[in-house]
Amino acid sequence: MSKTGIGAPVRRLEDHRFITGAGNYTDDVNIAGQAYAAFARSEHAHASVRKVDASKAMKVAGVVAVFTGADLEKDAIGPLPAGWMIHSKDGSPMNAPGHPCLVQGKARYVGDPIAVVIGETQAAARAGAEALEIDYDVHEAVTDMMKTASSPIQLHDGAPKNTCYEWELGDKAATAAAFKQAKHVTKLQIINNRLVPNAMEPRSAVGDYDSGTGVSTVYTTSQNPHVARLVMSAFLNVAPEHKLRVIAPDVGGGFGSKIYVYPEEVVCTWAAKKVGRAVKWTAERTESFITDAHGRDHVTTAELATDERGKILALRVHTTANLGAYPSLFATCVPTYLYATLLSGQYDIPAIYAEVDAVYTNTVPVDAYRGAGRPEATFVVERLVEVCARELGIDPATFRKRNFVKKFPHQTPVIMMYDAGDYAASLNKACDIIDYKGFGKRKREAARRGKLRGIGFSTYIEACGIAPSAAVGSLGAGVGLWESAEVRVNPTGNVEILTGSHSHGQGHETTFAQLVSERLGIGIDQVSIVHGDTDKVQFGMGTYGSRSGAVGMTAISKALDKVEAKAKKIASHLLEAAEADIEFKDGAFSVSGTDKKVTFPEVALNAYVAHKFPSSEIEPGLKEGAFHDPANFTFPAGCHICEIEIDPETGVSEVVNWVAVDDFGIVINPMIVEGQVHGGIAQGVGQALLERAVYDDSGQLVTASYMDYCMPRADNLPSFKVDTTVTPCPSNPLGIKGCGEAGAIAAPPAVINAITDALGHENISMPATPQAVWQAVRKGMAKAAE
Amino acid sequence: MYEFAYHRPNSVRKAASLTASGEAKLLAGGQTLLPTMKQRLAAPDALVDLAGIEVLQGIELKGRTLHIGAMTRHADVASNATVREALPALASLAGGIGDPHVRAMGTLGGSIANNDPAADYPAACLGLGATIVTNKRRIAADDFFTGMFETALEDGEIITKVLFPLPRRAAYAKFDNPASRYALVGVFVSKRGRDIRVAVTGAGPCVFRVPAMEEALGRRFSPKSLEDISVDAGDLNSDIHASAEYRAHLVGVMARRAVLAT
Repeated sequence: MSKTGIGAPVRRLEDHRFITGAGNYTDDVNIAGQAYAAFARSEHAHASVRKVDASKAMKVAGVVAVFTGADLEKDAIGPLPAGWMIHSKDGSPMNAPGHPCLVQGKARYVGDPIAVVIGETQAAARAGAEALEIDYDVHEAVTDMMKTASSPIQLHDGAPKNTCYEWELGDKAATAAAFKQAKHVTKLQIINNRLVPNAMEPRSAVGDYDSGTGVSTVYTTSQNPHVARLVMSAFLNVAPEHKLRVIAPDVGGGFGSKIYVYPEEVVCTWAAKKVGRAVKWTAERTESFITDAHGRDHVTTAELATDERGKILALRVHTTANLGAYPSLFATCVPTYLYATLLSGQYDIPAIYAEVDAVYTNTVPVDAYRGAGRPEATFVVERLVEVCARELGIDPATFRKRNFVKKFPHQTPVIMMYDAGDYAASLNKACDIIDYKGFGKRKREAARRGKLRGIGFSTYIEACGIAPSAAVGSLGAGVGLWESAEVRVNPTGNVEILTGSHSHGQGHETTFAQLVSERLGIGIDQVSIVHGDTDKVQFGMGTYGSRSGAVGMTAISKALDKVEAKAKKIASHLLEAAEADIEFKDGAFSVSGTDKKVTFPEVALNAYVAHKFPSSEIEPGLKEGAFHDPANFTFPAGCHICEIEIDPETGVSEVVNWVAVDDFGIVINPMIVEGQVHGGIAQGVGQALLERAVYDDSGQLVTASYMDYCMPRADNLPSFKVDTTVTPCPSNPLGIKGCGEAGAIAAPPAVINAITDALGHENISMPATPQAVWQAVRKGMAKAAE
Repeated sequence: MYEFAYHRPNSVRKAASLTASGEAKLLAGGQTLLPTMKQRLAAPDALVDLAGIEVLQGIELKGRTLHIGAMTRHADVASNATVREALPALASLAGGIGDPHVRAMGTLGGSIANNDPAADYPAACLGLGATIVTNKRRIAADDFFTGMFETALEDGEIITKVLFPLPRRAAYAKFDNPASRYALVGVFVSKRGRDIRVAVTGAGPCVFRVPAMEEALGRRFSPKSLEDISVDAGDLNSDIHASAEYRAHLVGVMARRAVLAT
C-alpha cells in the first residue's frame, strides 16, 4: 500500500479550505447587480389563495418585482414532478399531482411558497414579502397519516382518499400459509419518526441570465446538478438543457435533502431572466425546517413467524408512509423499492409480504433522508428479530446466527440478490470487542449505582449504488443510475478527474485522488477532482444512496483502464519495444526483463507533443471517458451493539458503549470511512433518542427551530469502537460497497433494543425521550406489581 | 431584522433617559432580544446598549454579601475565583446556562429582567433570597419575579446589580430541556441559618418557591425529608417536551439531588 493509494488513511485535502473559511458555497456567490428574492409562504396548512395583492409591496422602497403562480403559469413553468412511477396492487398508476413552484390554487402545507418578491436588498425583498396582502380561504387541514385516507378533507383533486398508491411486494399467499404453520408469531406496532434533515449549510440559489448568449446559470445547493438541469429543462421548461448551466459549488451537507429540485432555485433562475439581473435566495434556518424535504415518517404493523426451534418462516408488514403534501422527486420509491426490498435483512426468510400505503397530508413533503428506506426496513426487521428472540427465550445473538443467510449469492423473496457477505463474522467480532459475555457483570454493577443497563443488537444490511439502470427502469425509475467519469491527463503529467458524483462532505477530492494515485503512481497532489458544474462535466447522476464509491469510482477506474492502455501503446514506441512486453508499475512503464523505463509524466508529455509515435495509428493526447452501469446493488452489512444506562428516576438514557463492525468491502480511506460511521451513528442515535418533527392539528410545525427540535450533540454520544470485516464486493472491480449511510441505518434499532432490554418490556417508541422512558419505567413497575 | 437606532451610553442616567421615549429597548447580552429581532418578532425603534457603562460590571465580595454587576457575563460568573469560592452553586449554575456562545454574551441583569420561565438565574435569585438593585430602588427577589416574562421593574428602571447573601449550603440541580438546554426543571436549594429556600424554574409559568419542601428541610436538611412531598402538577407547564405530571415528578427528583449536592 502506498502512502496515498487505496487503503491509506490520508487526511482530507478539501478540509483546509473548509476549516479556514476559504470554501466557496452558493451563498458566497455574488454577481454584479444581483437582486434578492424573498418568498411569501403560506401561513396555513391548507388554504385556497383567492388573491395576492401586491400593490402595497410594490411601494416598499427597493422592491423590484413581485411574481405569483399565475406568472409561472403564463410562462408555462411546470410543476415539480415525481420521478419514480409506482403502480398500486390493482395495477393502477400512482396519483402524483405536481407541485407548482408558486401556489396555483391551493397551498397545502405551512411554508408552501405563494409569491416571490425581488428586492434590491435582502431586507427590501423581505419587507416587500411582508407587505403582500394574501387573501386566503382557509380549509381544515389533515396532518395525521393514519386519518388522512378516511378524512373528508381532500388535498388534491387527482388523489382520492389522499392516497398516492397502495402497493405490495412479495408472495401474499405463501406468506399467509407460512404464518399458518408457525409455532410462534411476534407482532409489533412500529412508528418511524419524522425527521428534519438539518444540513449545516441551508439551501441557497443564485439564478443568472445572459441575454447575449441566452444561457441561464444557476448556482445551487444540489447533490446532483445534472439531474437538476434535466428536471428544470425537460419537465419545468425553465430553459433548454444546452442553455442551462447548473453549478453546485461547495455544498455543506445534504443527507438526501439536496437531491431534489425545489421551487426556490427554479424561481430564482426564471426570475433572473424576467428582471434582467441575477437573483439570490438563501434559506433562513426556520425556512429550512418548513421547506426542506423531511425524512422517514412511517407507521407499520409487522409480524414475524417462526417454527419451534426459532427458525424464521415468514415476515409480513403493513406500512403507511406519509409523503407530506406533494410527491417530492424520489419520495415514491423510498417507502417501496428502497424499503420493502430490504425486509429480508441478513436473514434467510422463505416468505415475505409487504403492503405500503403512501398518503398525502398537509405537511412538508417527505423524501429520502440518509438511508432512505433502509433505516425503516432495518428498524422493522431488527426490532422484530430482537423481540422474537426474547419471547422465545433464545439469546438474541444466537437467534440471529441461526437465521443468517450463509450461502451467496442469495435470492431473497423481495427482489434483492445478495452477492457476498459474512454476517456471523461481523457479529462475532462485535461481540468480542464489546465483551458480550461480560455484559451481565456490567448490568449488575450498573444496578448497584441505581441504573438500568441494557444491551441491543442491530445486524443490518443495506443496498447501495442503486442499479442497474434497466432494472430500476423496469421498476418505475424516471432516470438511469449509472455514473460517468473523464480522466484528463495534462502534458505535464498531472491529472484532472471529471466526475458526475458530487461531494458535499464525503471527501471525494481525497478518496478519488487516492484511486488515481494508486493506479497511475503519481501523488494525490498531482490530481484535481472536478465536479458540480454541468459545463465542465458532461453528465452524471450525483451523490446519494452511498453510490459514489461503488459507482462513481468504478467509472473513474474504467476511464483509467483506457488511459493506461493508451499510455502503454505510447510507451512501447518510446521504449522501442513490443506493447506486450510493457509493464506498468509504480508510475513507470518498463520493458519486462530490462531496466528500460519511462515515467508516466514522460509518456503524458509525449502523448501531447506526438513526435515519437505514428499519429495515424495512435491519436495524440491522453484523455479518456467512461460510463459505468453496475450489474447489481452493493450490500454493505454489519453488526452494531449498543449499551445504554437508564436513570429510572428521570428517564434519561445514556449511551455508554458502542461497537460497530461493518463490512464495506474494500475501503479506500479508513479514516474517512470511520468518520462516515461516526456521523451516521450520531444521526441514528438522534433519531432514536432525540429528534422528531411535530405538527399540531392545524398543520403548524411545532418543532421549527433548535429550541424545540433536538439535534444530537457530542455529549449525547460515547466514544465509538469502530472496526470492519471485509468481503469484497463482486459487482465492481474495486470491491467497494459504500459506507455513507450505514451508521444511520444500523443505529436506531440498536438503541431501542438496548432500552427495551433495560426496561424489561417493549413499550417504547422513537424518540425515546426522557419523558417517554420515565413513563415506560413506570409502566414496567406497574406491571411488576401486578 | 428591521432598522433601529443604536445608542451606547456611558452612564445609567443617560441610558434611562434614552429609554424614556418611544419603543426603545435595553440591550444587555442580547441572547433573547437579538434572535427575536432577527426573526422579525420584535421591532424596537432603538436599542440602548448597556455594555459601555462601567458601573454595571464587576464582581465583589463585601462581608457576607456577593455583589454582581448587572452586565456581568455568565462566563465571567462561572469562572470568577471569588464566586467559585464563596458561592460555588452560583458559579456552576452560570456555567450551565445555554452554550459557550450564550455564556460569553448573556448577562445576569438581562436574564432576570427578561424572566424567561425556563431561565436559570431566577432560580438562583429566589433560591438565595437575593436583592435586585436598580437605578431607583432595591427589590427583594421574592417581590421581583411577578409572572411569565414579568418582573416588578417599571418603565425606565434599570438593574444595576444583584446582591447575593452567602448561604451556608446551596446547590442547583437542573434537568436540561434536551433541545434548548434551558431548564425543563431546575431547583435551587439553599440554607442560611433558619432561612431555607427551594426555588423552582422551568416547571411553571414563573420561578416559584415550594414552602412544603422548605418546611420539611427546616425540620431535617436531608433528601429523605422530601421523599413524600409532591408539587401540584395542575399549576405546571405542559408542552411537547414534558407533561405537567413529568415536570412535577422532576421537581421532586431535582430537589432531592440539589439537597444531596449542597
